[in-house]
Amino acid sequence: MNRIVERFTHLRTENRKGFVVYIGAGDPELDATRRLALAFDAIGVDILELGVPFSDPLADGLVNQLAAQRGLATGTTPQKVLETVAAIRKQSGIPIVLYIYFNLIHRFGLERFIQAAAQAGVDGLLVLDLPPEEGGAYEDLMRRAGLCNIYLVAPTTPDDRLAWIVKSGAGFIYYVSREGVTGMQHQVSASIEGMTTKIRAHTDLPIAVGFGISTPEQARTVAQYAEAVVVGSAIVDQIAKYGKAPDLVERVRYFVKTLVDAVKQV
Amino acid sequence: MSNCGRVGPGARGLDEALVRGYAHRMSSTVTTTVPDATGHFGPYGGRYVPETLMHPLQELEQEYQRSCEDPAFRREFEYYLTEFCGRPTPLYFAERLTAKLGGPKIYLKREDLLHTGAHKINNSIGQVLLARRMGKTRVIAETGAGQHGVATATVAAMFGLKCVVYMGAVDCERQALNVYRMKMLGAEVVSVKAGQQTLKEAINEAMRDWVTNVRSTHYILGTAYGAHPYPLMVRNFQRVIGDEARQQILEKERRLPDLLVACVGGGSNAIGLFYPFLNDPTVQMLGVEAGGEGIEAGKHAARFQGGSLGVLQGTRSYLLQDEFGQVQLTHSVSAGLDYAAVGPEHAWLRDLKRVEYTYATDDKAVEAFMLLARLEGIVPALESAHAVAGIIERAPKMRKDDIVILNLSGRGDKDVAQVAARVGLEMPK
Repeated sequence: MNRIVERFTHLRTENRKGFVVYIGAGDPELDATRRLALAFDAIGVDILELGVPFSDPLADGLVNQLAAQRGLATGTTPQKVLETVAAIRKQSGIPIVLYIYFNLIHRFGLERFIQAAAQAGVDGLLVLDLPPEEGGAYEDLMRRAGLCNIYLVAPTTPDDRLAWIVKSGAGFIYYVSREGVTGMQHQVSASIEGMTTKIRAHTDLPIAVGFGISTPEQARTVAQYAEAVVVGSAIVDQIAKYGKAPDLVERVRYFVKTLVDAVKQV
Repeated sequence: MSNCGRVGPGARGLDEALVRGYAHRMSSTVTTTVPDATGHFGPYGGRYVPETLMHPLQELEQEYQRSCEDPAFRREFEYYLTEFCGRPTPLYFAERLTAKLGGPKIYLKREDLLHTGAHKINNSIGQVLLARRMGKTRVIAETGAGQHGVATATVAAMFGLKCVVYMGAVDCERQALNVYRMKMLGAEVVSVKAGQQTLKEAINEAMRDWVTNVRSTHYILGTAYGAHPYPLMVRNFQRVIGDEARQQILEKERRLPDLLVACVGGGSNAIGLFYPFLNDPTVQMLGVEAGGEGIEAGKHAARFQGGSLGVLQGTRSYLLQDEFGQVQLTHSVSAGLDYAAVGPEHAWLRDLKRVEYTYATDDKAVEAFMLLARLEGIVPALESAHAVAGIIERAPKMRKDDIVILNLSGRGDKDVAQVAARVGLEMPK
């Protein structure tokens, strides 16, 4: 069974909420990514979302743009990210999703990339700029490779489109909780309760809510409405701050633990 | 629908039957088959954007289609193009350039004489009218050379809309005149410092703004690029260039031209000129990309020379990228052509071999800039100077009685400081 599906089944059985961490791969370098992944697994993070650095990340706010730049500066390529996933897999079964812009896959070759990802131990892909309309063989290839194609739903997604998207997705539905790019904000969006209710009317897939969630309090609030909460920029910001410190992993783990604990209390 | 934005300049004392005959032929065959209903030009085009923008793009497409069928929209569009922008622009016979090159008769389509100084305002007028129909109170734009930014700031001022223009920091510096113009017109200019600080980064930032403010804001994209329906819409707002030129050349020469020439950045001025002639097999077309410091040097923006199939900023087309799919740095003396990808319809026309694409280096473009100034008394934009360089190279291979229409897409005021420094002009002591 796919590790994402397995994890959500397990969470449901235990009646617990999931916590998803986003970090940029190769920030500050790929071995740190590997060590961070293992640390996250050890403190109960349910899914690791790895951003594959791209030169033009137009859905990302400044914090994640800078992370991508640091990743590129240390020579991070899609191939090397897959190798890092394979290295994580030797020690950990944490479900891994690649957060990626389509041109990187397109250049690699769609079918080849999906096969390579499955082989490396990736469990799902979240392709930011590949709406279902442009997918072509994507959904089919993903299914055959046993990977979850994770689709986004946004506050601007109308009902009929929502119904169609959630039927094509797998693993979980990623609800982008606000109109905007990734990044931290002071308040969680008011649309979350209404939109998660709408999504549930059309699918039994679990819902993860992300974009703009950065504190334990916000994570706890959002976890009331969803099966999982995603935190990215706030963690990436910590990595930016301690990137060169010898105790980077320790410090980031400490921060992430406060978020995990908040979500697990719900 | 594909005729939306078409403006008939009116048959003023020419052979109307001849003109109508050509006009009739034009409205059929290949030009109406692309893009398809999902915005694809063969394998190119499409709509590769984050989910938040999918519905707004569908709404824009629907509003655009409704406006195409609405005679009131067309009347309004024509009214502003004529009364505010000064259309039709002349088709001017460049006698001394023709004599100098010793080849074909060269006509210049004088988009440089349009209000704000370039063809860009044709599209900005069309899109601001759409924005108003959609009830948007704010417009945003990207700009490279600053001409599209100025055009958008202008229409925003005219209609009292808030306007933010994103421009790479490098471009702000090399096109400073246009930064001041935009500010004078009441627009906020945001200098974008990411990446190589030129047009591509400005588009990224404009898309981030749009995704954040999508309910109040319309993004006036300035070229025939980006997610569907932009390439279609921009082409149709710009086709007025070719529609006019076609009628004007029939009036002057009583026959169609043998060659059309235009520079190609995203490709809006080129597609605007080419489109109404696509079904005329005797009319050849030449698009001129930015060769920068040379293709071998790897410092250029000639996507058809060094590019490959890729997906960037909403569409699939030719793209300058490395082996991993990271977008490569580009270089051109011309900010408006300094972009890593090309409009999807141009990629399609190249595959069909309907349009030939070449390039002109920075040096050739600057030479052409000076030549046109001194021979014709016209200071062209550096972008348009690439088209002039293109015809300088091509003319010797053509016959004396051949006819060429070159799209002089903009004027060069914005470039005078840069060119003066480059060719060593000094202030009098």
